[in-house]
Amino acid sequence: MEFNSSLIGQMITFGLLILFTMKFVWPPLTKMMDERAKRIADGLASADRAKQDLENAEKKSAEKLREAKQSAAEIIAQAEKRAAQLVDEAKGTAKVEGERLIAGAQGEIEQQIQQAKETLRQQVAVLAIAGAEQILRREIDAAKHADMLSSIKAEL
Amino acid sequence: MAQDATSYIQHHLTFAKTDLFGGFHLDSFWISLALGMLFVGVFAYVARKATPGVPGRLQNFVELIVEMVDNQIKDAFHGKSKVIGPLSLTIFCWVFLMNAMDLLPVDLLPTFAQWYGHTFYGADPHHVYLRVVPTADVNVTFAMSLTVLLMIIGFSISAKGLFGWIKELFTAPFHAESLPMIILLAPANFAMQMVEMIAKPVSLSLRLFGNMYAGELIFILIALLPWWINWVLGTPWAIFHILVITLQAFVFMMLTIVYLSLAVEDH
Repeated sequence: MEFNSSLIGQMITFGLLILFTMKFVWPPLTKMMDERAKRIADGLASADRAKQDLENAEKKSAEKLREAKQSAAEIIAQAEKRAAQLVDEAKGTAKVEGERLIAGAQGEIEQQIQQAKETLRQQVAVLAIAGAEQILRREIDAAKHADMLSSIKAEL
Repeated sequence: MAQDATSYIQHHLTFAKTDLFGGFHLDSFWISLALGMLFVGVFAYVARKATPGVPGRLQNFVELIVEMVDNQIKDAFHGKSKVIGPLSLTIFCWVFLMNAMDLLPVDLLPTFAQWYGHTFYGADPHHVYLRVVPTADVNVTFAMSLTVLLMIIGFSISAKGLFGWIKELFTAPFHAESLPMIILLAPANFAMQMVEMIAKPVSLSLRLFGNMYAGELIFILIALLPWWINWVLGTPWAIFHILVITLQAFVFMMLTIVYLSLAVEDH
């Protein structure tokens, strides 16, 4: 063991090293590490928040979906009801229309029957007259029996 | 051979010394300075480029050390200080690097120095000395521990005030209530405090010095073995020494933190 001025030299060196470390090594490194710690903490926090958000969104979307289903069901029910109503209405209308058509057709038929009857009546009269003319030509004068013929015509 | 061995060992244990300033160990000074520069250089380089994003390997390694030191301080140091972190980091890294010089082959740098001195300065190789482990020099270890002692005193004064510190020198560890008892116990207290104050740096520096000196000496003794058997003892000792150099650096740092923590606490 031998002490000499090396001791002082080493103390100065040591002191300078400490000062240098204090100024240029320790503060930036610890600052950077704190910053990273903060960044990681922030990242974890935001991940948590994102998870929460996702959960909320999922809940919300499930609710929306349920609402949509419900309203769709309502709409369908309403539409079905409306359709039934429409069908009923249409049935009613059709019935009325059908009855009306039937009535119209019957009226027409009646009318045509009347017409046909009239025509027939005319023709029968003519035929009867023609027949009678043929029969009576030999023995009877047409003018003589005209009123009798017209009474027959009225009976037809 | 006996004379050879003795002179070999003596050669290895002699400092490269100048008589300037009443004796100055050039080898300890320059090697420790170079290692100190290596430490601050690497750490300052990393600190300058440090990013809080994804760290590179070197940054990761530096962070590992800084974080280890920081955790030790958080555990052991009960106070606030801007000096303690850098101080502890410097101690750990510097002492570790100086200790690590022990792992270089014992003859490597001295032989290079002899060749260099002989070739460029025409010096007699027998008178070119170089000791490569600065911490095996008491001047180095005492320089550190005395600096730590100055810091202990500085921390005490800044925590308690100059008057508080002086008062504590005379009133602790034995406390008394009445004035006569206080006066009676003052010499004993002062003596205890002085012993403590001296014991701290002496134990700090001698522990480190003793370990490193012994380690170096054993490397020198192993080097005396024939070259083909050298590894049988050299390898285990070097492997064991990896533990020793790290542990000694850690112990020096840890005790410094503890002493400084005691200095700022009230007794």
